Amino acid sequence: MSTVVLLLFTGLGLGALYFLVAAGLSLIYGLMGVLNFAHGAFLTLGAFAGWEVARRAGSDDWWTFLLSLLVGAAAGAAFAAFTEFVLIRRLYQRHIEQLLITLGLSLAAVALFDGIWGTDPVFIQGPAWFKDTTEILGARVPNDRFVCIIAAVLVLLAMVFFLKNTRYGMIIRAGVENRSMVTALGIDVRKAFTLVFTIGGAAAGLGGVLASHYFGYVSPMLGGSLLIFAFIVTVIGGLGSLTGAAIAAVAVAVLQQFANFYLGGTGDFVVVLALALVLLFRPSGLLGRTS
Amino acid sequence: MTAAADARPILRIEGLNAHIAGQQVVEDVTFTVPATGITALLGRNGVGKTSTIKAIIGLIDRTGTVELGGVRIEKEPTFKIIRSGVGYVPEDREVFSKLTVAENLRLAERDDAPRRQLVEELFPDLLARSAQMAGTLSGGQQQMVSLARALLNTNKILLVDEPTKGLAPKIVAEVAETLAEAAKTVPILLVEQNLHVVRQLAEGAVVLSGGRVVHTGSALKFLDDAELTQRLLGVSAEGPAGDSPARDNTARETSGKGAAL
Repeated sequence: MSTVVLLLFTGLGLGALYFLVAAGLSLIYGLMGVLNFAHGAFLTLGAFAGWEVARRAGSDDWWTFLLSLLVGAAAGAAFAAFTEFVLIRRLYQRHIEQLLITLGLSLAAVALFDGIWGTDPVFIQGPAWFKDTTEILGARVPNDRFVCIIAAVLVLLAMVFFLKNTRYGMIIRAGVENRSMVTALGIDVRKAFTLVFTIGGAAAGLGGVLASHYFGYVSPMLGGSLLIFAFIVTVIGGLGSLTGAAIAAVAVAVLQQFANFYLGGTGDFVVVLALALVLLFRPSGLLGRTS
Repeated sequence: MTAAADARPILRIEGLNAHIAGQQVVEDVTFTVPATGITALLGRNGVGKTSTIKAIIGLIDRTGTVELGGVRIEKEPTFKIIRSGVGYVPEDREVFSKLTVAENLRLAERDDAPRRQLVEELFPDLLARSAQMAGTLSGGQQQMVSLARALLNTNKILLVDEPTKGLAPKIVAEVAETLAEAAKTVPILLVEQNLHVVRQLAEGAVVLSGGRVVHTGSALKFLDDAELTQRLLGVSAEGPAGDSPARDNTARETSGKGAAL
């Protein structure tokens, strides 16, 4: 029982990280049709920015951690806004060029991070409480899992509130459904594009700081490794669906953890198999729109 | 080529060409829409009526001149064209199905003082259904949402694309009544295949064939010319006495353009 509980919480913690990346990816694709391969770079920059805050502060207390979360989210948001405004905006409707430029940016960003922070992983310390465990039904669950889960739930709630209760949220929901009709109502949908990129970048940057504590290190490849699973989550959840991304993130991460433990380390394979099954039998994803 | 030569045009289209996926769907279209009344844009299925409407507001790639109230707008992006005073009611309603009726309407409000009261008077049913998801409405109710979105704002012209398509006769009559009411204050360019509705509402007519304008003039005179309507619309023309719905169900695509509209 304790193993199941531990796997469940480890999966939920990892699912929280997947969600923080996938939420932005899903909204960006849903609204703009952009497959953003640079999204992992937003996460990595957020992680390094958060680590820099802790390093320069020379402290591992809770305030430093909270500040690193804020700075990580801001760094991810700024990088994402820059990417949309400078690179993507000129390429809407040109999907091949978008794909190439975001792919190129992700490679260039990794090279840049290598140059600034080196290729070796940088190990990270957090508040002492992170190193402790909490006993739940006999399982000793690392505390950093709870931080990831709580942060992801708060981000999900904030995003849902924003989408449901603000005019821009309404524009984004409408744009995910029918972008040209939003324009045909006299709305400059490009502002919503920048906003969605910025929000997605902030979530990824936040995810980067949390991922560095979850894995215990930051490296230039951190974003890329999470991005692959975030794409899978996005497709399984349904492109453009925030709730779908949340459900799929948890399902994929928990499935991955259980398969890794009970099926001889086949977690990644089982996740790809799940993706194939979804694409075969429900191509629009769990909560995506039917084309 | 004016539909009603006695009125100064609110919309002037000259040499309009449009392409979808590399295929030309509108070819050198030139016509004007007078500043009052309803002008019908007619033609068989697939001749470029919807594409012409979309080209006017820049929803598809186009070249040519588009002048609204004497101001050239063809270089402007769609949202600016709409904000300059164009109300657009698309074919197939295109309501946002996952937004409520109230959200659909709020999204369309672009004036400082949107005409909510007018919309409530014209569509009282929508008020009762304001919290309902637009995707769960009937086709007729969705059409009311689509019309209401356009009527919420003060416009220089309404572009209304097949508003009676797929609706029950009773709803068709309601839509026609709404358009007649709206036309008292704003000119309308109406794409419509229900010739009964055209006869009831339209003063001028612009007829397309193969992406080109092939006839302009009085709507009634055109509809009364049996040979002309048969040739250009593929339906038997009906006189004023024979006002049974003459929906263009039998129209066959003969145009070489062949784009789905």
